[in-house]
Amino acid sequence: MGGKQGAHSMNSGRESNTNKNAVTEPRWFQWLLIAIAVGYLAFLLLLPLASVFVNAFQKGVQAYFHSFADADTLFSIRLTLLIAAIAVPLNLTFGVAASWAIAKFDFRGKNLLTTLIDLPFAVSPVVAGLIYVLLFGKQGWLGPWLDAHDIKLIFAVPGIVLATIFVTFPMVARELIPLMQEQGNQEEEAAITLGASGWQTFWRVTLPNIKWGVVYGVILTNARAMGEFGAVSVVSGHIRGMTTTLPLQVEILYNEYNFVSAFSASSLLCFLAFLTLIVKAIVERRMKKERTFEG
Amino acid sequence: MTGVAEKKRKKSASIIPGFGLTLGFTVLYLSLLVLIPLSATFFKAAHLTWPQLREIFTDRQVLLAFRLSFVSAAEAALVNVFFGLLVAWVLVRYRFPGRGLLDSMVDLPFALPTAVAGIALTEIYASTGWVGSILDRFGIQVAYTPLGITVALIFIGLPFVVRTLQPVIEDLDHEVEEAAASLGASRWQTFSKVIFPALLPPLFTGGSLAFARVLGEYGSVIFISGNMPMKTEIVPLIIVSKLEQYDYAGATAVASAMLVLSFTLLLSINLLQKWVGSRAPIR
Repeated sequence: MGGKQGAHSMNSGRESNTNKNAVTEPRWFQWLLIAIAVGYLAFLLLLPLASVFVNAFQKGVQAYFHSFADADTLFSIRLTLLIAAIAVPLNLTFGVAASWAIAKFDFRGKNLLTTLIDLPFAVSPVVAGLIYVLLFGKQGWLGPWLDAHDIKLIFAVPGIVLATIFVTFPMVARELIPLMQEQGNQEEEAAITLGASGWQTFWRVTLPNIKWGVVYGVILTNARAMGEFGAVSVVSGHIRGMTTTLPLQVEILYNEYNFVSAFSASSLLCFLAFLTLIVKAIVERRMKKERTFEG
Repeated sequence: MTGVAEKKRKKSASIIPGFGLTLGFTVLYLSLLVLIPLSATFFKAAHLTWPQLREIFTDRQVLLAFRLSFVSAAEAALVNVFFGLLVAWVLVRYRFPGRGLLDSMVDLPFALPTAVAGIALTEIYASTGWVGSILDRFGIQVAYTPLGITVALIFIGLPFVVRTLQPVIEDLDHEVEEAAASLGASRWQTFSKVIFPALLPPLFTGGSLAFARVLGEYGSVIFISGNMPMKTEIVPLIIVSKLEQYDYAGATAVASAMLVLSFTLLLSINLLQKWVGSRAPIR
């Protein structure tokens, strides 16, 4: 080693061996590090996944599919889809509005607003559930009023929706704000100057530019919305067939030692995770490609 | 619509509409769903009396839970800093078959619901599980011990360090490394004296991010921890069990302490990131 001769031959064309060795690791060392990284990730990430499927199929394919015949499990799947169908569009609308305001305009308190939008990420999921219980629960600020008007938010579906919105709150905005800032305002200004309305400008100019960011934000929001456990657990009350989402159903089945069913239900959530990662990888590739085309 | 959107402040040249509408909606949505519920919790905590607070925060069970949460999160962050650096380095610097797949896999802890991670890890590390049975022979118990909590938090925290480091390693200037090499530095010297110091700030922010985020983790922990009072009870679990006993005052107090802690942590990390970003040593 020691690149003493290399000092005189900096031109990449006639780089000496010593020099090359000094700016990368030796080949055997590279392979050693690669092996450690692959082994570590396989151990940490793949083993749990494998365990889910092995446990789900431990009593055969029939037992696997049979566990989805359970009415409570079926209900929990439907509820999870419903929650995501409400929470994701709401947070998408918010994310687009927030990033439009923050990326396209300058105003006082912009940094504060950006920080506040990120707040929910700093809150433990359990606390995220608790704050709604303290607000809308029987002992909460609005509890007596809601009770008097026969409105039930906590230990009911609306509470689950609220908690889900909270934990996925910043996701879309976080993706879109830097993207929109990068795009700048010129294209929109041109469209407006040429007589386009605000909506036309948004749909025909802005949206095509940020579409991959939108897909990215939605897919992440959806994964978390369908998979959230802590926050939902606090507000749900675990009423079977009424307020149990799929992750909560997994917990119930597992605690009842009904392992095949618990892991079968988990396998669905694993498929959701795979789908999320695949779409994410595709979107990242597209974004990279578009960026290299532009500049 | 443009009328409302007309901006009084500088950059008045903006002809883009929708400022009033989007900002109004943003502030309303944020206030209703996040700010008001969060402040209501602090108001509720402010109603607690000093003796009440003293009782809650001198309770041995609560104190032990705080210690356990902190120690486990710190251990997990340290492991993640070490392996996170290794994984990020390998992913950015080396080319090998399956690299793209490995890169995507790093996000699995984000994408996989925590309850699923929780029961799967418990199955693996229980004394009858794949890994647990081997460790059992050496007298090491993972599931239902504090060690199990750390394992779950390592799993959850992995992406934070890797994703913080990757862009920084990508941006490292090769010329600086070449200069070091041409001045006679060995590869190890270049790494330890040139590259590593440049990676120290993102390692620190990534590590503290992993620490702050796993501090409140619940779903992946409660299965593997076994939830034994005073032994394997984390802070979020204390909040849940206080709630289940209708001890709203206790739950509120512990939750507020957690909120203050994590806000302070994340604010410092943000400031740190800004400070580091403005004086990035090697770019």
